[in-house]
Amino acid sequence: MGIIKASKLVHEYIRRDEEGNVAAITTALDHVDLDVKEGQFIAILGHNGSGKSTLAKHINALLSPSEGSLWVDGMDVTKEENVLPVRQTAGMVFQNPDNQIIASVVEEDVGFGPENIGVPTDEIWERVNYSLNAVGMTKYRKHSPNKLSGGQKQRVAIAGVVAMEPKCIVFDEPTAMLDPNGRKEVLETAHALNKKKGVTVILITHYMEEVVDADYVYVMEKGNVVMQGTPREIFSRVDELKEHRLDVPQITLLADELRNAGLDIPLGVLTREELVECIMKCRNHM
Amino acid sequence: MIRDITIGQYYPAESPIHKLDPRVKLFTTLIYIIALFCFKGVLGLVIITAALAAVIKLSKVPFSFMVKGLKAIVVLLLITAAFNLLLTPGDVTLWKWGVFQISDSGIKNAVVMVIRLIYLIVGTSLMTLTTTPNQLTDGLEKSLAPLAKINVPVHAIAMMMSIALRFIPILIEETDKIMKAQMARGADFENGNLIQKAKAMIPLLVPLFVSAFRRADDLAMAMEARCYNGGEGRTKMKPLKYNAQDRKAYLLVIVFLILVIAARIVLPFPM
Amino acid sequence: MPIILDKINYCYSQGTAYQIQALKDINLKIDDGQFIGIIGHTGSGKSTLIQHLNGLIRATSGTIYFNGEDIYADDYNMKDLRSQVGLVFQYPEHQLFETTIFEDVCFGPKNQGLDKKTVELRAFEALHNVGFPDELYDQSPFDLSGGQKRRVAIAGVLAMKPQVLILDEPTAGLDPAGRDEILNLIAKMHKELGITVILVSHSMEDVAKYVERIIVMNSGEVMYDGTPKDVFHHYKELEAVGLAAPQVTYLMHELKEKGLDVDLDATTVEEARNSILAALR
Repeated sequence: MGIIKASKLVHEYIRRDEEGNVAAITTALDHVDLDVKEGQFIAILGHNGSGKSTLAKHINALLSPSEGSLWVDGMDVTKEENVLPVRQTAGMVFQNPDNQIIASVVEEDVGFGPENIGVPTDEIWERVNYSLNAVGMTKYRKHSPNKLSGGQKQRVAIAGVVAMEPKCIVFDEPTAMLDPNGRKEVLETAHALNKKKGVTVILITHYMEEVVDADYVYVMEKGNVVMQGTPREIFSRVDELKEHRLDVPQITLLADELRNAGLDIPLGVLTREELVECIMKCRNHM
Repeated sequence: MIRDITIGQYYPAESPIHKLDPRVKLFTTLIYIIALFCFKGVLGLVIITAALAAVIKLSKVPFSFMVKGLKAIVVLLLITAAFNLLLTPGDVTLWKWGVFQISDSGIKNAVVMVIRLIYLIVGTSLMTLTTTPNQLTDGLEKSLAPLAKINVPVHAIAMMMSIALRFIPILIEETDKIMKAQMARGADFENGNLIQKAKAMIPLLVPLFVSAFRRADDLAMAMEARCYNGGEGRTKMKPLKYNAQDRKAYLLVIVFLILVIAARIVLPFPM
Repeated sequence: MPIILDKINYCYSQGTAYQIQALKDINLKIDDGQFIGIIGHTGSGKSTLIQHLNGLIRATSGTIYFNGEDIYADDYNMKDLRSQVGLVFQYPEHQLFETTIFEDVCFGPKNQGLDKKTVELRAFEALHNVGFPDELYDQSPFDLSGGQKRRVAIAGVLAMKPQVLILDEPTAGLDPAGRDEILNLIAKMHKELGITVILVSHSMEDVAKYVERIIVMNSGEVMYDGTPKDVFHHYKELEAVGLAAPQVTYLMHELKEKGLDVDLDATTVEEARNSILAALR
């Protein structure tokens, strides 16, 4: 079994009126299946309201499924006694960089998680040093988070999660509020953690260009997984992507248009280099 | 203007004051406040001023930084000064109009009150400038720990304070931003009478509260995600331990208080 | 009503050790009816610049002329300027405060001192212009989705009938569908209302499709100012300061280097497609 396995996962938000009667039910997750192997880099794509954040919160036991089951590293998230171990196994980085930093000094914030799980003082320091180093923020350890850029704040938040030594980190739209530089910083950090430290990464995003380097991609809409596959497979289905109103990168769009115009360009072109090569090949054949 | 509030901000520096145990600084601040309100006479003032100046010097926090904090309370200072100046009866009355008068004791009171307030702000902001909010709350938590036995939620209070302190600068910045945005929609925060001014605050306060609640929600979730589960079973990254410097500081503070009281009793210079 | 910036300088915390020069000698002329993109990364001075345009920030030195008048003159009506130059801040939905959407949009025109009827007419018109469904006018603005809230917030500024509409990163935090909706809406407003629109963004690709002029800001200075095509010619310099030109620009340059005779000015997918097909035939 993979590190994260969801089977027919359902989550319903129930709104009650003043008397406590059910006023409305919104199905945020509608029988979702997910299987993530340890060490993978998984991306979940979708719009706001597609259920992707609801799914993320289940993996961290912040929400509990209405139906179906979810195992994190073999632990059933619905069992009360598993809540804290699950949160330690699957850390979470949120969207708003300001609203997840608790302490007023970078290193103290990184130490917050280990403090909560009762790590001895000496080891907290080791973990903080290691985590700050892993995200490249050691230089800023004594700084106030308020003075950092958005990308740097997110890296501090990531370090705070890394310090809990999770096997898996869920990134819930970590770049949505950042500028291009900040986005790059955060993505590079996520990939580095995955490659160098073997952390399983689940990246939730609505930017398609961020999923190019993932191992596997899920596309969600209205609580359902509507597409899944490797980035190449996903990117080759341009019409479907457009239908889901996803932000298809310019290069993929162009490749698709050129193919439709009769050029011999393969499906699922991911990078600019690939496309240049394909176009030049076309010329040599003409 | 609103960015000038320095209370609650931390100024990072390597100084002996920064290194002191937060419990020492809390105790010192308490003693300092007591001293401020019980000193009498020029000598007492000299002692307090000297002590304050020494601590400022040692702290390596630029003096201009603290003065900036005073700008925010200029209005309060003026009101206090005016009340004391105009409403205190004394032996020699210099000017009188209705209930208002300016007397020798009025002038004295006004000066003393203004000095007290300025010293109070500078002194307390010095504590927050040299102590990270986390250290501060750790200090409070540890000092108040005995109260936990009588079911006072000491840890929860300390955590709330620490979070409040972290978010004060963020909310101040946000206030600034909302104010500007509403000004761009023609809002006027400066002109008008008291009622109009109060009414003008609504477009500022509603968004501010909405935002604060949203942040609180997010933060609670983020804390839970990082296994926060109350004070039980928590360890400390920076556990508090007294060292020689701290003990010396305690001694100095006691000496300081004795001097101030002695100055009051022994040498009550008229002032 | 053109806006002219004459040698604008701005320093934060002037006279202290923390002094930061946020704007350096900015000279700009913004003509009527233009659709302009201001691009720069965080800290480039672009947000500071736009707050000068409606007088929220006062330049440390230099002058701004709006419609020929010096806005720093003693008798200049700042309040009037703010209604003529509408500024929509980042995350404008965070400024909503009234109990209903309609009331919130009324706030601006009400502050202009208009009579009740005109105020309501303006609010109605503005909500209509941002394509907001009538049946929701009496709802609380807090119950709306992110994209809808943003529309209401934009309407709140539009209701003051500004001649110039400035939007600071109007798509921040929206998903791609929401982003396209807002950008299309802005383009539509520019066309139909005939107002000057200034769009502040850090995304070249977003802006390239819509605007006729791009001003690139870098460390408080105007780095480039011209049509998107002119500006993207400098794609290497742009990259050096952390701004990326559209992917298509890179592709076209790489193809050219390999000897394919393509049009380097192409910035959109369509232009690139046509140019590549033409070059291959």
